[in-house]
Order: sequence, then structure tokens, then C-alpha cells
Amino acid sequence: MSFDNLKMSPALEKYMTKEYRDLVERGPYGKPKKVSEMGTFKEILEEHPMCAGCAMTLFIRLTMIGLPNPEHTILVGTAGCGRLALTQTSIPFIYGNYGDTNAVASGLKRGLATRFADQPKDVVVMAGDGGLADIGFSAVMHSWFRKEKFTTIMLDNEVYGNTGGQESGMTERGAILKMAPKGKQFEKMDMIGLAKTANVAYIARVTPTNPTRVASTIRKAVLIAREIGPTFIQAYTSCNIEYAIPTPKVMDDAKEVETARYGFMEIMSDEAREYLESIEPAKKPKAKKSESEEAVTAN
Amino acid sequence: MADSAGVEVKPGATVQAPPQAASAGSEASRQRVVSPEYMFFEAPRERAFITGSEAAKEAIRRANVDIAISYPITPQSETMQQVGALWAEGYVKEYYRGEEEFGVMSAIAGASRSGARSLTATAGPGLMRGMEVVASWPGGRMPLVLLIMCRVINAPLSIQPDNAELAYLLNSGNIIFHAENQQDFFDYSLKAFIISEKPEVTLPVAVAVDGFFVTHARGYVMLPPSDIKLTPRDPYHEAIPAMDNENPPARISRDAPIQKSNFISYHVHASWQQEVWAAVERSRKYIDKYMGGLVEIVNPDAETIIVASGSAVSQSREAVRQAEEDLGERIGLIKVRSLRPFPTRELREACKNAKRILVPEFNCVGWLHREVCTALYGYSNAEIIPGPRVFGGISLPTEMILQYIFPDKKFAF
Ligand SMILES: Cc1ncc(C[n+]2csc(CCOP(=O)(O)OP(=O)(O)O)c2C)c(N)n1
Ligand code: SF4
Repeated sequence: MSFDNLKMSPALEKYMTKEYRDLVERGPYGKPKKVSEMGTFKEILEEHPMCAGCAMTLFIRLTMIGLPNPEHTILVGTAGCGRLALTQTSIPFIYGNYGDTNAVASGLKRGLATRFADQPKDVVVMAGDGGLADIGFSAVMHSWFRKEKFTTIMLDNEVYGNTGGQESGMTERGAILKMAPKGKQFEKMDMIGLAKTANVAYIARVTPTNPTRVASTIRKAVLIAREIGPTFIQAYTSCNIEYAIPTPKVMDDAKEVETARYGFMEIMSDEAREYLESIEPAKKPKAKKSESEEAVTAN
Repeated sequence: MADSAGVEVKPGATVQAPPQAASAGSEASRQRVVSPEYMFFEAPRERAFITGSEAAKEAIRRANVDIAISYPITPQSETMQQVGALWAEGYVKEYYRGEEEFGVMSAIAGASRSGARSLTATAGPGLMRGMEVVASWPGGRMPLVLLIMCRVINAPLSIQPDNAELAYLLNSGNIIFHAENQQDFFDYSLKAFIISEKPEVTLPVAVAVDGFFVTHARGYVMLPPSDIKLTPRDPYHEAIPAMDNENPPARISRDAPIQKSNFISYHVHASWQQEVWAAVERSRKYIDKYMGGLVEIVNPDAETIIVASGSAVSQSREAVRQAEEDLGERIGLIKVRSLRPFPTRELREACKNAKRILVPEFNCVGWLHREVCTALYGYSNAEIIPGPRVFGGISLPTEMILQYIFPDKKFAF
């Protein structure tokens, strides 16, 4: 989006909504914002109809801040809670059929590349654990094997939230949920391991406990996807409704889960690391070598 | 022996980088952009003797396609393989083999939304597998072209020609043409892009053809020169914005109807669907302009009329000739070129004086018969005969059609 598109014609300025004027004057387009500045600028996502206290919403807001170039980003989502917020963002959002995200993003990214040779267009998929690990599994895996240049972000609330709390492949073994009345019978799927098998260029596992880190993880993933290859972020974004987490305790839960089994982890290919260092030499990424995948950080 | 015989596989060999755009000096790079009118009506044409798959390839060569996504299935594979060759030669900018048809139909939706001219093709079971997505394209107002090489979809499994699959596509909001022969397949495929991308249409167009009978058989096709191609897609003159983030930052999907369960959302959905079907109807003027109308009519004054689409038309044409030359009887023939929009008006007019109407089909369910009955209900006193029908790969002898026309005579077939 060029700034000529964004700017208001002076004659029409007074008719534009306050919200639009705020986006032009105080939005993040062309002026990257930091997490610490939240509250002082117009965010890409503001109002949304998610449940009160839902960790997924916070995570999505932070994601929008992490996007390195929101004015040239297209979001792809699918059925699930996340799209309730994603449709409210002020950048284009594609919502097709359940589980189609990584196939849609493949065609979209390649199509954009035929039209915009000199302007990178970032494509970012955000979908639930059911959407990516169950119904969309084949499309996710094949987009990775094909080395499609976009970012996949899993909003992992470990349940089918939007349909009222059924088990998903990403649910922990033993959890009693709808359609799992005796507790889930098998282990949580290892999507990180599968991403490694597919040689995904950058893989991260995060929780929303450290907002700055969420934003920087997103930034890295999008930049690497632009130049190197597929990137994957698996984010714990608890469902306080279906897991009965009291709203004020959502962050406590995230911290507990992070410490117990969802520690921060970042895996980067050498090529991805070199690329990041080449574009941001001042701020060397602190990620460990590809072999040393466990880099658990407690907050 | 498999088709791959003779292909040298070098493990670990480096992949040949495909040309992103036609490399300088190549034949593809020398193609000149021409208007649809020039391409369709003015360019000199030369006769070629080619298969339906080759006719599709020649259409795509001249269609200025940005991206094509393929997946193998008989009898379609041939065509998308050839489109792959066009990509390697620089005629198509981007091409890949997708993971399966749900993925391919989704990916081509993404490609269309990017503003690129987009093509895919499938057959029978592949169409059924992709149907959830195919049925959602029109609501997404996605201009793109889907080629369908019809084949059996039901058990017992068979790869033979049979067009039952079109019954499932008819009410999806896609525009659907049914090509009779190789020439039609060339012309309709090329014209489909232009009709699909008209601002007041902005819809996907499916071009169906009967597998094997047309795809794998040769016929004469009049081809314009290969050094011209259509004007490119202009995504900024369509009914909805391209998803390329080149528009002002509207919250484009804000309060999408799916978000709410209230009467406003019901009305949004309802009016949106009405608009999709109104757009299907608005394509009529371009079908008239570029394709010579939704129907072709032979012997309009006849009392017995055959209504057919696809390769059933060719067989019916021959039966009409035999009836006239051998038996001295004039039989009418209405070729339905466009299944959606359906030529309801045209049929009512053309069948005003008909006493008997036959609907020969290459499928078990008789979807065209139902369409004809619906169109003529209350507008014709003719007896509308369901058949003759063949399916599962059986061919339709002209004698079988003649037997239906002249029940009192005896024909051998
Ligand atoms: C083809 C199809 N099957 C099933 C559904 C129903 N469906 C809608 S949302 C959803 C669950 C979403 O769960 P998840 O992807 O984990 O996201 P969450 O809501 O938990 O964020 C399901 C099963 C659908 N919309 N389409
Ligand atoms: S159902 Fe769960 S995941 Fe969905 S919005 Fe509510 S709290 Fe969030």
C-alpha cells in the first residue's frame, strides 16, 4: 500500500471517521511501533468480539505490532476463534474454508510475486490448532515441503474453541473435553518436530508472557519467510472458557504452562541466521544453533 | 510400461530454475498483447488437427496466464502437463503441482485474490474433492478459470467419460460452459478468462468438456497465431478489491456476516448470494458477444427437437443429418453452450412449437433433462423425453438417438 493510497484527500478529511484519521496520523504504517508504546498509537487491531481475557487476543495484538511491514502484509485465517479478531484488523484478511490457510497462502504469495517483482508482500497465516494440525494438516506440511515463503502462526489453545470445546490433535493426552469423554487417548501432536523434519527455516514456540519477545519472534519469522523459506510459530494462547481459567488468572496459567511444558524455543537454519544478521547487524539475534533447540526461558 | 519410461532421474541433481518471466529473445517474450476482439474475431486463423488437451494448451498459450496450479487425474493430466511445458517456455509466469484438489482449489483461490490471472483443471473425483472450495469461489467473487475434463465419479471406480459431476456444480454460483469439441474447448477456454474478469461479472468460469471423447481425440481447430496473447487481468476494475494491500486500509472484512447471528447478518448473506446469481446473469451479454449466444439452434421450426450439451451435441448433429438424408425428416437441435447462466429464455422461444423434445446425455442422473423441464414448465406442451442416456464410458451411437426420435422404426446399435 503506497502512502498516497493511505492519505486522505484534504477536501474529504473532515468527513473521514476519527478511526481512519487516527490510522493515518497515529497508525503503524511506515512507522514501526514498539510493544512499550502500546496505548500511544493506533493499533492494527483494537475492538474485537473475543471472550473477555482471552489470551489469544493479546497474542494477536502483539503479532500486529511485530509485523515488520504491515502496509504490505496480507493475513490469511480460517474458521476458529482467531478470525473473530483478525477480521477486525486494518489490513487485508482472507477467510476461506476451514483448514485451507496454507494452500490459499501458497497461491496468494506466488500470485503476488508475479505482480509485485520489486515490492515484497508478506503473507502471514494465523489459525487455530485444529485448523492447522487437524483439518489443515496436509496443506501445512506440503507448504513447508514446497518451501513456500510465508509465515504460519498456530494459535494453540489446545482445543476446538469456536465449536465449543472439543479435543484437537494438539490437546494434551488425558484432557477431558467434548468428544473426549474418557480423556484424550493420545499424545499432543509434535508440530515442532514435524516442522524440523520439513526443514522449516525458522521455528519458534512462545507464550504471551513476554510481549516484547512475542513481537520480536513475529518480526523474525516474517523477515525470514520473505527471503529464505517457510517459518512456523506455535503459540500457547489459552482458552479460558473451555479450560475454565478464571479471567484474572490467564497470565498465571500461561506462566505455569510455559514453565512446565511450553518453554520458549527458537530453531533457525544457518541461512536464516545469516540473513537476519545481514539485515540487522546491530541487534544480533540471540537464538541458539539449530542443534541446540531447547532454549527455555522463564520469566 | 509406465509413461515415465525413458525419463532420466538424477538423484540430487540441481533443479533447473524456471524463467520467472519469459527470458529475452524467447518466443514467449515476443508475444504481442492484443484485444479480446482481435484475438477472437479478427486475427487470421490456421487449421490444426489436434486433441482437446492440445487445444486447451493452445488456448492457455494465448491467454496471458499469470499462475497455473495442477494436480494429476485422468483424463485431465495431459492438459496441465502441457501447461507446465508452457511455464518452462515462459508463456505462463508461475506453475506448480499442488498437494491434492482441496489444496489446489484453495491455492488457486489465493492466487485469484492476489490479482493474478489464474488457471486450474481437474476431472471427476478431483472436482468432488475440491467441491467445498469450488462452491465458495463465487461468493468470494474470484475471477479464475477451471477446466473440467468430465469422467466417472461414482463407484465402481472408473476413469471413463461420464459427466454426472456437473450435476453437483450447477447450483454453486460458478459460470459453466460445456464444450462440444476441440474447437469449442479452445475458444471457450480463452473467452472464459475475459468473461470471468469483466467488472460486472467478477466470477469464476468453469469450462467442461467430456473426457477422452474430446480430450484424447483429434479434431480440426482453427487457431489464431501463437505470437499474440490477451490483455492482462486488471484487478483494479473488478467488483471487489484484490487482496494485495494496495487499497486504503479499510477493515475490509469488518463485521463479516459470519460473525453474527442476527437478522442483519441473514440479510447480508442473502443479498450477497442474490448478487452472485445476478452477476451470473450479467455474464449473458458477454456470452452473446464473444461466444455467439448461450445456444446454437439448428432447424428451429422442427416439431421434434434435441436439446444437448457437450459431446452429445456432436452425436445429435449426426443423427439430425441422418434423419434428414436417409429418412427425409427435419429434426431440430439446440446446442446448450452455457449451463450457467442457463438459456431459459432461449429455450422457451425455440421450443414454442415443439411437440417432442429429446435430451440425450452422457450420465445416469439426467441433469440436463431436469434443467430443460424446469425451463419449459408452463411454457411448452411438448413431451420432454428423458434420454437417450449412456454412462460409465459407453458411447452414444447415432442410431440410439434415432431410435428415440422414431420409436416406431427399428435401428440397429
Ligand atoms: C469443513 C468444516 N468442518 C468443520 C467446521 C466447523 N468448525 C468451525 S471452527 C472449528 C474449530 C476451530 O478450532 P481451532 O481451529 O482449534 O480454533 P479455535 O477456535 O480453537 O481458535 C470447527 C471444527 C467448518 N467450519 N468447516
Ligand atoms: S472460546 Fe476460548 S479461545 Fe475462543 S475467544 Fe473464548 S476464550 Fe478465546
